[in-house]
Amino acid sequence: MAKMHVSTTINGEPEEFLCEPNETMLDVLRDRLNLTGSKEGCGSGDCGACSIMLNDTLVCSCLMLGAEAEGAEIKTIEGMADGLSLHPLQQKFLESAALQCGICTPGMLVAAKALLDENPDPTETEVRFWLAGNLCRCTGYDKIVRAVLDTAEEIRGKA
Amino acid sequence: MNKNKWIGERTIRPDGADKVTGRASFAADTTMPGMIWGSVLRSPHPHASIVNIDITKAASLPGVKAIVTAKDIVDFPFDTPAPLGIQDMRWMTRNVMAREKALFHGHPVAAVAATSEEIAAEACKLIEVNYEVLPWVIELEEAIKPNAPILHNILEFDGKPSNIAGTLEHKKGDIELGFQEADTIIERSFTTRPVHQGYIEPHACLVSVTADGKATIWSSSQGQFMVRAMTSMLTGIPQSDIRAIPAEIGGGFGGKTIIYLEPIATVLAQKSGHPVKMVMSREDVMRATGPTSGSMSKVKIGAKKDGTIVSVQGTFYLQAGCLPGSPIRGAAGCAFAPYDIPNVHSLGYDVVSNRSKVAAYRAPGAPIGAFAVESVLDEIAEEIGMDPLALRLKNAAREGTKAAHGPVYPRMGYAETLEAAIEHPHNKVALGNLQGRGVASGFWFNAGGESSAQVNVTEDGNVVVTTGHPDVGGSRASIANITAELLGIDYQRVSVLIGDTATIGYSNLTGGSRVLFASGMAVTDSTEKVIKSLRERAAIIWDIDPDAVTWEEGEARPAGANAGMFEPLSLEDIADRATETGGPIGAGAQLNTAGAEGGFATHICDVEVDIELGIVRILRYTSFQDVGRAVHPSYVEGQMQGGVAQGIGWALNEEYIYNKDGIVDNPGFLDYRMPVCSDLPMLDTVMIEIPNPKHPQGVRGVGEVPLVPPLAAIRNAIYNALGIRFYSLPMSPPVVLEALDISQAAE
Amino acid sequence: MTNIQYLAPTTLDEAVSLYAAAAGSARILAGGTDLLVQLRSGMINPGIIIDIKKIKELNSIEQKADGSFVVGASVSGTQLAKHSSFGKTWPGVLEALNLIGSTQVQGRASLGGNLCNGSPAGDSIPALIAAEATVNIQGPNGSRQLAVKDVLSGPGSTNLSQDEIAVNFIFPTRQLGSGDAYLRMIPRTEMDIAVVGCGVNLTLENNICTSATVGLGAVAPVVLEVEAAAEALVGNKIEEETLERAAEACRAVCNPIDDKRGTIAYRTKVAGVLMKRAATIASQRAEGA
Repeated sequence: MAKMHVSTTINGEPEEFLCEPNETMLDVLRDRLNLTGSKEGCGSGDCGACSIMLNDTLVCSCLMLGAEAEGAEIKTIEGMADGLSLHPLQQKFLESAALQCGICTPGMLVAAKALLDENPDPTETEVRFWLAGNLCRCTGYDKIVRAVLDTAEEIRGKA
Repeated sequence: MNKNKWIGERTIRPDGADKVTGRASFAADTTMPGMIWGSVLRSPHPHASIVNIDITKAASLPGVKAIVTAKDIVDFPFDTPAPLGIQDMRWMTRNVMAREKALFHGHPVAAVAATSEEIAAEACKLIEVNYEVLPWVIELEEAIKPNAPILHNILEFDGKPSNIAGTLEHKKGDIELGFQEADTIIERSFTTRPVHQGYIEPHACLVSVTADGKATIWSSSQGQFMVRAMTSMLTGIPQSDIRAIPAEIGGGFGGKTIIYLEPIATVLAQKSGHPVKMVMSREDVMRATGPTSGSMSKVKIGAKKDGTIVSVQGTFYLQAGCLPGSPIRGAAGCAFAPYDIPNVHSLGYDVVSNRSKVAAYRAPGAPIGAFAVESVLDEIAEEIGMDPLALRLKNAAREGTKAAHGPVYPRMGYAETLEAAIEHPHNKVALGNLQGRGVASGFWFNAGGESSAQVNVTEDGNVVVTTGHPDVGGSRASIANITAELLGIDYQRVSVLIGDTATIGYSNLTGGSRVLFASGMAVTDSTEKVIKSLRERAAIIWDIDPDAVTWEEGEARPAGANAGMFEPLSLEDIADRATETGGPIGAGAQLNTAGAEGGFATHICDVEVDIELGIVRILRYTSFQDVGRAVHPSYVEGQMQGGVAQGIGWALNEEYIYNKDGIVDNPGFLDYRMPVCSDLPMLDTVMIEIPNPKHPQGVRGVGEVPLVPPLAAIRNAIYNALGIRFYSLPMSPPVVLEALDISQAAE
Repeated sequence: MTNIQYLAPTTLDEAVSLYAAAAGSARILAGGTDLLVQLRSGMINPGIIIDIKKIKELNSIEQKADGSFVVGASVSGTQLAKHSSFGKTWPGVLEALNLIGSTQVQGRASLGGNLCNGSPAGDSIPALIAAEATVNIQGPNGSRQLAVKDVLSGPGSTNLSQDEIAVNFIFPTRQLGSGDAYLRMIPRTEMDIAVVGCGVNLTLENNICTSATVGLGAVAPVVLEVEAAAEALVGNKIEEETLERAAEACRAVCNPIDDKRGTIAYRTKVAGVLMKRAATIASQRAEGA
């Protein structure tokens, strides 16, 4: 079968690509669009390292076909900072040492941003359950959870 | 020298901005023009002779560019040891590609490079392998039985072919005489299951070989020089013709101290003429890499009524996987190391079976030994009616104690971890119904060895530091702190990079908790040379004796008789005049470091048990550790927290499950149950800084010992909650519920 | 390169005719959280993937004047959670759907996908059975309704024929004093497949249970409706003695397997525990309703 032509929007910019009908969005992002910030840790939706926003809903890009991006709005880690100005979560992760190896970090940040966009004042328990699909093997999650809670407080303070 | 302006500061890591924006380049993120994809054919049998491999059909599939079998990988005959670091190339060549036999389900048998991943995978299916299926053995207790299927006839024990590949023994005093002095003797047996390191980034590499035979390897590893050496030995390409470039590494925990894909991709690239990329799937990772050993152990401890431990004996059988090399040194060596005991006998057995070859995992072997010893100590404490922390404190090794595994300890802080734990609020807060508290301690050797560094002053008076160790947990930030401290300049003026094998001198693995200890020494040595050079340059500018120049607070100052006679010269000033004063300013060091000295920790854990479902939840956890000097406290805490989280997984849920056909039944994150965010509480840390007297900044390795105490701490806490002692891991819900049922039936 | 086709019809008729024409070689893509894993592992190798998320009936939530709900088969857990009243009426069903996987998976996973995947451990199914939900099914020869409890035919298989598509779920009008709940046992707090799952839906009048339905998952080749457990509840106060009889009924119907997720003994025992706990929550909700 021929490749499919897909028109979509990625990080606010119109984008077109060709992909196999059974190709995942993660493979499209990484291998066709060179957006390698989304990572593959499992390919089965169990680690969250490939987290992206699909029409403002948090999803695993490994569990989505590239073809499904037709007409959709996709946001990836590459679109989180405003130019060289980091999102408060990114800045807080740096300041709080909320990453060690950094492989889970893009997915963790995309998921954490989705949480704070929806719930600006989450409890620790809410943060922990929201992020349960983002595996981190380095940190024990402590500094990640603190960074998310601290960022939420900071954003609320500014609002 | 100003007092620790940067050492101890929570600075922002040099590689951080790339990692929070998705720009950091991990191994699988790299591409090259003309790149093709490699795929591995893996054995469907746990044990089988490879009679013949026919690649004809696979080679004729359009898009296939090269095929590799064991014939293309350099052999190291069984009868001639070929050690390389902690590995032996006889085992490495057979692990990378099955040679005479496939030794586990998932063992690589051949590999294909093709124009797409799909074609490469399709071609693998077309390779015809004629196997002669052999009897196999998975479990340790089966593998050591007299009639067990033998994996390697060359391995002998007691004069007969055996799956016991080797032993290791430590002796001190006379244990039999010692036990005669004891008022209480407790002997218990324990088992643990193999667990995987669980790094989130699967192994990956990209290899390019040019027409003149030079290879460039981008890969994710815990040592680019290890990658270069092993690839060289397995391909025959001289080390000078291999450039191993360390990609950012997405977790290793010891599991990336060996290689799997690099030599295969190198030969595929040679044969095909294309750059070849190989990326493991999670299933490949779970089936064919790591894990650490499962174990069977027996520990006997004798103590007097007052708590004095007089004699101990430990026997530790560790699974090596299909080729020798389990961490018996860590199990037998670390088990009793926190204590000052007159009579010690500790014995480890290295046992092969038809599972993937084990790789290092955070304090390899030590958690296994500590699980047994720290569990029996809990029972001793109960029997003689002593607080378990007080019992440990009474017997704690201190400066001057001679350990059974050899060394005499210098100043170190094990006792301080116990004292801090005893006094900590966590140890005093009351527990509720079905809640329990447990404690345990642990030791890890730590390591020194070879490290190189280069410190260069830029023309505009800033500093670039290059070291040779992949940064798994923030070591670049600590190196920047040390350099800024020594030079007396702002941290932000120091850039820290990881060199590849062509741009920095030999540096041993990122492992053994050695990186900051060893590269810290190399960077200190280099920076001190740079400071000496800066003083000499100032002396030339001022036309005075270099000894009359001091370096303070980031500037050269005239001293002694010349004090106050010249305006101080900053780093920028001197850099600006480098050409006229002798040229570029920079210095390097290549060291073989010694004096790493061990790490000690004590943990307190509170659990709560759902007795209807058998679920154990961690309520509170505090770790106390002698961290030497916390050059960057956040990343020290991060090591402590990360180790504890892995220990919680090991204790409660992680295990390899094999089916009746000798095949791993849970090769993914769904059923290999590592802790998720909602499983854990905050993980509290208490850093106790007893500087290592043998290191310029007082650094003591911190990364590994945090995984040593948790298994027993959690086990002891469950006892405190339920009155049930467990002797096997994991303490998963079905196991806990069954024990509760048995205990209820007994009442 | 691959002999596979992706199609995203916008009408149900179109989807049904494509699916029927494929004669068994097509697979329906709803949230994809099972389908893509099966595709990747080579477990399935369809000729056509039919994405049903662009079809209105399958992707909408409607509350009728009588209080009943119609929920499209491909509506995601996140979508359903955002609905203003569904979660208040059927908290147990919503909880069950949103216990499937992570936040990311909830953004995609659907009731239709969970049911048609046919797993005896599908989290939403015991809750759907307890809710006495029915599913509208469309085939080339028209539509029919099946009670959810009659959909599964074995591990990984359903009673839908190979040309039929699940369109939407109908949740009956709620009586006053009703409540539902779903609980599952997993070793971790999230991200696992249910070792046992139990859904309970009941109605109370003057503290006496007047009607009840119980669904029990992961203890048999298909998700079970446990009528004996419901009978133990009806006519009684929800108290320990009643609950123990219902729990015993649940244990009695268990016919589980020993596997990597749990032993026979463990699953059987846990089925009773979850029955009691879920019924207690459901009755608290009924009291508040």
